[in-house]
Amino acid sequence: MHSIDTELAVDATGVARRFGARWVLRGASLTLRTGEAAGLVGANGSGKSTLLRILCTLLRPTAGTARIFGADVVQDPDLVRASIGFFSPIPGVYDDLTARENLLFAATMLGRPKRTADETLERVGLTHVSNERVRGFSSGMLRRLALARLLVHSPRLLLLDEPYNNFDVSGIALVNELIRETLARGGAALVVVHDVASAVPVVGPWFTLRDGIVVPSSGIPLGIPSPTPALAMASAGGTR
Amino acid sequence: MALRDEWHRARAVAWKDLTAERRSKAGFNAVAALAVTILVLFGFALGPDSEAIRAAAPGALWLAALFAGVLAFNRSYQMELDGGALEPLLMYPGARRALFAGKLMANFVFVLLLLVIVIATSLVLFQVAVPPTWPALLIVVLLGAVGLVTLGTFYAAMASRSRAREVLLPLLLFPMLVPVLLAAIQATKALLVGGAMNDAGAWTSLLVAYDVIFLILTFLAFDYVIEA
Amino acid sequence: MTSAVANSPFEAPKSGRWLLFGWLAFAYLIAAQAISIAISPPDRDMGDLQKILYIHVPAAWNMGICYFLVAIYSMRYLWKRDERDDLKAAAAAEVGTLLNGLTLVLGMIWGRPTWGVWWAWDARLTSTLVMFLIFAGYLALRAFVDEPERRAQWSAAAGLFGAINYPIVYMSVRWWRTLHQVQSTPDTLDPSYALSLRLNAFAILFIAIFFIRRRYEAALTERVAEHELQAAVLGGSSRG
Repeated sequence: MHSIDTELAVDATGVARRFGARWVLRGASLTLRTGEAAGLVGANGSGKSTLLRILCTLLRPTAGTARIFGADVVQDPDLVRASIGFFSPIPGVYDDLTARENLLFAATMLGRPKRTADETLERVGLTHVSNERVRGFSSGMLRRLALARLLVHSPRLLLLDEPYNNFDVSGIALVNELIRETLARGGAALVVVHDVASAVPVVGPWFTLRDGIVVPSSGIPLGIPSPTPALAMASAGGTR
Repeated sequence: MALRDEWHRARAVAWKDLTAERRSKAGFNAVAALAVTILVLFGFALGPDSEAIRAAAPGALWLAALFAGVLAFNRSYQMELDGGALEPLLMYPGARRALFAGKLMANFVFVLLLLVIVIATSLVLFQVAVPPTWPALLIVVLLGAVGLVTLGTFYAAMASRSRAREVLLPLLLFPMLVPVLLAAIQATKALLVGGAMNDAGAWTSLLVAYDVIFLILTFLAFDYVIEA
Repeated sequence: MTSAVANSPFEAPKSGRWLLFGWLAFAYLIAAQAISIAISPPDRDMGDLQKILYIHVPAAWNMGICYFLVAIYSMRYLWKRDERDDLKAAAAAEVGTLLNGLTLVLGMIWGRPTWGVWWAWDARLTSTLVMFLIFAGYLALRAFVDEPERRAQWSAAAGLFGAINYPIVYMSVRWWRTLHQVQSTPDTLDPSYALSLRLNAFAILFIAIFFIRRRYEAALTERVAEHELQAAVLGGSSRG
């Protein structure tokens, strides 16, 4: 390793996780330096989401260790949580609150001023529905709201789980903007993707999860089956 | 400063829970209707002799509040689990006890409102007069509600994420609540249907002791039950 | 690259080490029973029925010891996070609940001819029943949660709370009795029975220790097997 001067954003060694009798991760190791946006690909059920959940302290590893900016995910979860933002495929917003209320709640929980909520709603293009209850939102709008929560947080490390799902072209651009901004601030990003083409403009080194371990990819892993951008856009528009 | 942040977060969680509960009309109204139904059924079980009904009123009203309240405790976490909101909630930085405090406050308001409805209904159905010592009754109701809600909110955090949550929560909770129920029922009985006033005093101090002990313990232990 | 995972954090118990202790405990129990039946004269009021107390009372005492152990091991688990403490707490809870049930059943068999009823809402009887329900809930919680670490943390909290609640339950039930109708339990224990009672208290204690040990070793063996399976699976991943 030659990275004594650069701080490691992610330093995972031998991470394993079992669900019942099934081993999803079998000793995955991964390092990510600040300023890097790594892409992680793999077949369905290969453990990509599990790895992200372990890195963001939502799951404990069955074995192995992982550090985020030097803080251990098991020993110092509070430190880890302060520096990461997790973008899950499930929006995790409250149906009976309005978009604005959802975001104000997030801002309070994150200790951010209330005005950031309104600014962010504007930025993700939800101002016109900010006082509507979330229950009727399309999945694309829900994703925008979840993305807004991440923008309010503006964490040092982004852990994005299939961030391009259900997004139209401008949504994809928003995600890539968020990644660029985070890198510019000296942060890092780990992006799990199926839609490799959308990520290509911002995502740097590529890794593949196979048989429960992480292997570096030599180039952009376009061999991984992924929906074409045209199809992805069609599905994002069609869920409304 | 840090404590102030925690208070802000706890308040936000409570406000969020209560707002969602208020807007999903099925929530409180249905639970309150259930509580009233239970009271009516108690009337059938104990009546029609009005003396017997009156004597059983304190027990009936606390049990009705307990049976209906249990639904609220599980709902309070179900709300997080349904939309996948628990993950972001757990990801917010800061101590988890703020989450517990928020849920505790929201459930407390919920159970208190439930108790108001249940007591008003009991006064009518069980032909009990409002006692002149109603401020003392209010204190008993508040302390009893704290007891129910503290362990209810705590055990629901486990039960709602286990298999068989519908049966596990009452199974864990009800025996643990025996002291609260006994104390609340007996103190209410002393104040409502008459009895030695010092009875109510002794039971009230038991309620205070129970509430303090389990408030401290649940706050210390919440980290362990919510994280894994 | 070799796997850094140890086989198991602890060793499987050596089978049969406690078997001799078990045999001695049972022999001692039989001897203690024989001595008590031989030396104690039939009670003036209860006749030979009082001999049931030589199991009933020691079972109740040892039930208390078991629940105390549950509290100690639960606290130790939360403090040190050693999985073995969780298994010990579980074993103590199982044996405690069993003794609790035995206490109740024997109490009822004794109460029927003595009081004329199977059940009386006596303070000791009632609080014993409540404890039985509390620890039945504890065992149900263990049965309904599959993930070992989650089960350990949750049941540690539940076990600790249950044990701490015992004096409060007892006090509240006693007040409930005494503040209304005073019905004292007949004082059944003549000082001359003290020796027999003491002999049997130790007999039940040894039996309880033996059973806790057996249940603990069974659970430990199972966990060691799971840990070894885990090690084998993770070791297999180092081929890549």
